[in-house]
Amino acid sequence: MKTTGRVSGIVSNLVVVKADGPVSQNEICHVDLGDVKLMAEVIKVIGDAAYVQVFDSTRGLKIGDPVEFEGHMLGATLAPGILSRSYDGLQNDLEKMSGLFIERGTTTDPIDYDKLWEFKPLAKAGDKVSAGSWLGQVQEMWVAHKIMVPFVMTDTYTVKSVAAAGEYKVTDTVAVVTDAEGNDHNITMVQKWPVKQAIKAYTSKPRPSRVMETGVRAIDTFNPIADGGTGFIPGPFGAGKTVLQHAISKQAEADVIIMVACGERANEVVEIFAEFPHLDDPRTGHKLMERTTIICNTSNMPVAAREASVYTGMTIGEYYRAMGLKVLILADSTSRWAQALREMSNRLEELPGQDAFPMDLSAIISGFYARAGLVYLPNGESGSVTFLGTVSPAGGNLKEPVTESTKKAARCFYALSQGRADSKRYPAIDPIDSYSKYLEYPEVVEYLDGKVEKGWVEKVYKGKTLVQRGKEASEQINILGDDGVPVEYHERYYKSELLDFVILQQDAFDDIDANCPLERQKYVYNMVLDVCDRSFDFADFEECATFFKGLINLFRQMNYTEWQSEKFYDYEKQIKEYLSTKVKEN
Amino acid sequence: MATKAFQKIYTKIDNITKATVSLKATGVGNDELATVGGKLAQVVKINGENVILQVFAGTEGIATNSEVVFHGEPPKLNVSDELAGRFFNAYGEPIEGGAQPEGEPRVIGGPTVNPFKRIQPSELIATGIAGIDLNNTIVSGQKIPFFADPDQPYNAVMANVALRAKADKIILGGMGMTNDDFLYFKSVFENAGALDRIVSFVNTTENPPVERLLIPDMALTAAEYFAADKGEKVLVLLTDMTLYADALAIVSNRMVQIPSKDSMPGSLYSDLAKIYEKAVQLPNGGSITIIAVTTLSGGDITHAVPDNTGYITEGQLFLRNDSDTGKVIIDPFRSLSRLKQLVIGKKTREDHPQVMNACVRLYADAANAKTKLENGFDLSDYDERTLKFAHDYSEKLLAIDVNIEITQMLDIAWSLFAKYFTASEVAIKQELVEKYWPTVA
Repeated sequence: MKTTGRVSGIVSNLVVVKADGPVSQNEICHVDLGDVKLMAEVIKVIGDAAYVQVFDSTRGLKIGDPVEFEGHMLGATLAPGILSRSYDGLQNDLEKMSGLFIERGTTTDPIDYDKLWEFKPLAKAGDKVSAGSWLGQVQEMWVAHKIMVPFVMTDTYTVKSVAAAGEYKVTDTVAVVTDAEGNDHNITMVQKWPVKQAIKAYTSKPRPSRVMETGVRAIDTFNPIADGGTGFIPGPFGAGKTVLQHAISKQAEADVIIMVACGERANEVVEIFAEFPHLDDPRTGHKLMERTTIICNTSNMPVAAREASVYTGMTIGEYYRAMGLKVLILADSTSRWAQALREMSNRLEELPGQDAFPMDLSAIISGFYARAGLVYLPNGESGSVTFLGTVSPAGGNLKEPVTESTKKAARCFYALSQGRADSKRYPAIDPIDSYSKYLEYPEVVEYLDGKVEKGWVEKVYKGKTLVQRGKEASEQINILGDDGVPVEYHERYYKSELLDFVILQQDAFDDIDANCPLERQKYVYNMVLDVCDRSFDFADFEECATFFKGLINLFRQMNYTEWQSEKFYDYEKQIKEYLSTKVKEN
Repeated sequence: MATKAFQKIYTKIDNITKATVSLKATGVGNDELATVGGKLAQVVKINGENVILQVFAGTEGIATNSEVVFHGEPPKLNVSDELAGRFFNAYGEPIEGGAQPEGEPRVIGGPTVNPFKRIQPSELIATGIAGIDLNNTIVSGQKIPFFADPDQPYNAVMANVALRAKADKIILGGMGMTNDDFLYFKSVFENAGALDRIVSFVNTTENPPVERLLIPDMALTAAEYFAADKGEKVLVLLTDMTLYADALAIVSNRMVQIPSKDSMPGSLYSDLAKIYEKAVQLPNGGSITIIAVTTLSGGDITHAVPDNTGYITEGQLFLRNDSDTGKVIIDPFRSLSRLKQLVIGKKTREDHPQVMNACVRLYADAANAKTKLENGFDLSDYDERTLKFAHDYSEKLLAIDVNIEITQMLDIAWSLFAKYFTASEVAIKQELVEKYWPTVA
């Protein structure tokens, strides 16, 4: 029998419930307001008082209102039909909601239970299987969606039967497996998993060794993110976090993209709704929307569901990873999630940590980032979850708790700088503060040797040094004046400007420049390095400045032309001729 | 507010603070309204029998035996076309006489528009101010605040924008507005013959601060009525959101909540987002655009209020006094309109995005030159030219008293480029240079 209870206290969306039976931490319950039922999650228990966070407005809730506990944690529904959907933080399908406004207590099915799927068996009777083993597959968009032994089944089983190829609903039994005691278990195409727990249906989780191409030069060339890696993008407002994330979501080399719009602007999600169905995935030619699932809990939607949204996104990502796919999860912004934690911690009257955030913030964030990664599945295939979150530091100050905690957990750091944004140098990824730990992995260095060219990582470091030296030269020039330093300082500065304008800056709104394939990045980067290797003859600093401005202009024009087109090579030729006028013969 | 028959009257208040009272009561719903000693109050916390009420007008004069009556419902506004042309207080009561408008009572601070039903904003709002139209184009359905110091003429600029914006309705939400400013808005709207398009909800400095908390919800409930029910283009002006946040801090403080940054409540982000996110473009053609004011203290945008606002709104407009030209300009560096990409170069001329960026880049070079000059260094020829450009740019385009068409703004920008620079210094796509570079400078 279900535990029930009655409301005994209300502070905003934190409700105290006197329960008449056992209650577990993170258990889901429903608060009955008469006309609607509101979902809530237990976040603290003291004696018979369960403190629950309600995922909706508690307006009109009264002391004594009945509550029913469900006996399970917040779960995601995992089945074919998730791709291209738009969910709220609790996996309600937003598209299926009828009204203009989301009335509270509205729930919709995350998948279509009536749809027929063309099932193909992969396993056969007698096979030994365990959680995550592939029993069959259906075609979901262009992804071969594997039907697996549910993750909650933790033993080893023997397949008794698998349904013949044909059309089935997600709730139809497609396989029967037998456990060690001889009990049969019917398996359908749909399963549930508690979102706050990691899906661990894999055999090993090695260090990532491949690079995920994003088409963004400042990332791919300078600080690449690994396939199965983690990264975060902190930056003050207006520095271009969202534009950068959208660019990555369009261009990244992934099979499945999950975008978690967590406590951010609704219009940004609308942009995805409006654009993605029309945009093509540059690699497969399919529509972008077909590989994308959106979890959308915008800033005006209930705060508690904001916290749930990142977990829902991660769980769906892990589900597709178990099918041997490359999944990229983008969350914008994890600071809003942390703030949701803060609001609840505050209402629970917990002793606060720094900036009133809960004490365990750091542990929660690292626990979450740890769910990403490259994994080997029991059948030898591999799958990955790459996670990239944005952080919105209060006042743009990177010393605040969310940024600091995330820095400990994520391996790539893409610091967006206000200074760069102010001078419209987009993407505003600071070339000096940002880093990718993956450049230090020997397996990644080796991978890039093969994928790009031998010694590539060395060239990357060379570029970084050039930027650093350019910055130092610019500081000297600012202190001593244009005339107070040798012309070489100007040359050094302008070489770093060349690298900045041609490689680091990229026009996210230009059809061609927005997405720069790695092959092109290599070509242009080598051209730029070649310029930087040369010495020039300049009479004075003005000549140096004019020369490099002209050169930068030519390179930028080239960036706007189609890769390997006639115009592209035409600009390359012009650049060579232009260089020959000033380059020192040696 | 009239009380209804058969309502239980409580006469024993346990605790009184400056903004809240608490008493023992049963059958009380969360968020519901009550009258405490004749003053309007709202339930903010219930713990068993103990109910805490926030008294909007302050608790001065409330006695432990004052009458408390619960209304059984949250704050509502009667919505109908009769709202147009009227001035209301924070409770939605007419402040200039006249009858309470009839209409459908609607709960304020209602549910969220399903993001999936929203339409991507795509309609440009022309203001004639180049600092906005050229550099930071506003789009209907957008939410954008002015970040301004208290001494800057933000209300005047806002009134100008509102009148030029060609909205079907303008809804003014005034929070902690001085009576003088209120009268200013009124006379500007009156002189423009726009009064019948205006609905105002005003809490002046003469009213208690906590009342302000109702203003945005009142204004936006009216806005939602005109936009969603009537399909109208509604422009909502909210001034000053910093004073609204101050009222939030007062209440949170009285409720002994742990403050986060700058003594603001930990929920400030969500509280502000709930308001700003009402900005929307609806499928029926109606829209709500919010232009707000966030006053800064000494230009500090790292303070919790502007900082959280910046993360919520789709950009911000900075006013700055330009010492070169002696004019108030819209700062091109710190201002931003996030939705401009949806219209510039699409609804406006193709060269708009590149011209805009080139102007700002050259203006940045001028700022560097200025620093050099201040540090006593010689200026190069290029530096000299950027400084001259900056002066013209500031005067002819950035100043808030400019009122021209966007195409004209672009032409002026090209003429300035040609006057001071070579095409390679301007670094714009070659095709555009060939098409728009003035042949006779």
